[in-house]
Amino acid sequence: MKSTSLSLTPYEQALLDGEHGTGKQLAMSVIVRMARFYGAPRLLEISGAHIDSSVYFGPAGLEFAERLAALGAQVSVPTTLNVSALDEHNWQEWAVPPEWASEARRQMIAYEAMGCRPTWTCAPYQVELTPKFGQQIAWGESSAIVFANSVLGARTARYPDLMDICAAIVGRVPEASLHLTENRAGELILDLAEISAEIQAESSFYPVLGTLLGKLAGNKIPVVNNFVGTPTEDDLKALGAASASAGAVALFHIVGVTPEAPTLDAAIQGRQDVPTIRVTQAMIREAWQLLTKASGDELDMVILGSPHFSLAEFKALAPLVAGKKKHPSVKFLVTSSRAMAALAHKAGLLEPIKAFGAQITLDTCILVSPMLPPEITRLMTNSGKYAYYAPGLLETEITFGSLQDCVRSAEIGRVTRDESLWN
Amino acid sequence: MELSGQIIEAGEASGELLVSAEPLSFWGGYDYHTGNIIDQRHPLAGLCAAGRILAVPFTRGSSSTTAVLLEAIKAGTAPAAIITTAPDSFFALASIVADEMYGKPVPLISLSDGQFALLQSGQSAHIKHDGTIKIQ
Repeated sequence: MKSTSLSLTPYEQALLDGEHGTGKQLAMSVIVRMARFYGAPRLLEISGAHIDSSVYFGPAGLEFAERLAALGAQVSVPTTLNVSALDEHNWQEWAVPPEWASEARRQMIAYEAMGCRPTWTCAPYQVELTPKFGQQIAWGESSAIVFANSVLGARTARYPDLMDICAAIVGRVPEASLHLTENRAGELILDLAEISAEIQAESSFYPVLGTLLGKLAGNKIPVVNNFVGTPTEDDLKALGAASASAGAVALFHIVGVTPEAPTLDAAIQGRQDVPTIRVTQAMIREAWQLLTKASGDELDMVILGSPHFSLAEFKALAPLVAGKKKHPSVKFLVTSSRAMAALAHKAGLLEPIKAFGAQITLDTCILVSPMLPPEITRLMTNSGKYAYYAPGLLETEITFGSLQDCVRSAEIGRVTRDESLWN
Repeated sequence: MELSGQIIEAGEASGELLVSAEPLSFWGGYDYHTGNIIDQRHPLAGLCAAGRILAVPFTRGSSSTTAVLLEAIKAGTAPAAIITTAPDSFFALASIVADEMYGKPVPLISLSDGQFALLQSGQSAHIKHDGTIKIQ
């Protein structure tokens, strides 16, 4: 696309010429064409990858994975796998069609055959191979990309499905985009000076702020200034996931919180004329409202865990449900990873959660696995990502609330929320 | 009217324009079985983009947009071409992989914001190999 010429090392040229096999050649061909797209002068070595392409969508993605695997392609860097489209061991408990499950399973096998680790989670950074500050990586999964860049200070472009596996196979990416320091400067300042400390202290503020970030920043790099909250890792996970759902945010800075933003000046790399938006209470309220699409207070299911529920989130949920029972007409589902659920089990956190009547699904989520039976049409969640995508993908209604709201609604069998903070 | 765009993936295409200033995620936004836009929060929700020329500024959201577009290309429900306001890596990658796999890239053209603003849904457009867009 751009006229800058791309220079390859002898090894990279050999990959492209097929001297290391046709699987690596196909992957290299895609990477080289994308390098030309970015106008990159050369390729950059990576030391880790996270693959979103493992999710089964249909025959074309499966064909691509099986072709690469059949051609003998192997990943050349430590590589984790995103969610699959299937809870490998428990999908029969749900409405997943068996033929569909068998295709999804073939896709899982193809990626495992290429040497990827079967982590099956959208929050790999909470499981294993957490990237280090400054590490060059190629990640897929929008919520993981934004976390790696913003919270960990690792460096990945917003890699799409199908490119992530190609990068993992050849161990190279175009030298461009967020891999380079000069492309990581904030481009838009969101000033929270007018937003009360009381709201900023609330856990459900983070997905709302993320939604606003996504709407206002689009595909730019936002910098949040005058932030007074004390976010947990899961708060930042929720913020990032929402910002990458409502917008195309791949990197955000929060002054005084995230590693590349010790000061506002550092976050914008000393640049002048970066525009500032003064965030108002009305804008926060509007973002909060955007996350609910429901016509009443009827409720079929509470759904938690997008991105996947962490050990800390299980720890927060357990005491809220201990000794209680959910309403019999409402399902309560938590989506998580094998690794996090195993830790929660060891810590004794799953007993009260299961006694409450909750179910736990691993490896996948309701957005990518056709697991929900058709009678489930009214959802409630504390996840900005679930709230954003469920109406389009699942054609369900959804109400956004705090974790406390979700538990309480499940108990009484109808949606109830404390709205005082937002009015 | 004739517009001159930047070629992201070259190709020829004709079809009715489907235009929105709102970015779109194909994951959660595009049903590859039908070519319908299904993001209930998107202004084009309910409309079919299959065989039409889709004009959206860029892709929002999920990195699975490419996977969904590749499925649509294989299924024959993809837009005939896509016009954006800046080179979009997700559309580019899907088009490149479709070319590697099926020899069927989707033509991609990027316009300036000013030129993009001239596009209207319902107009008939013809995209030429040199990146020119003829609109009637």
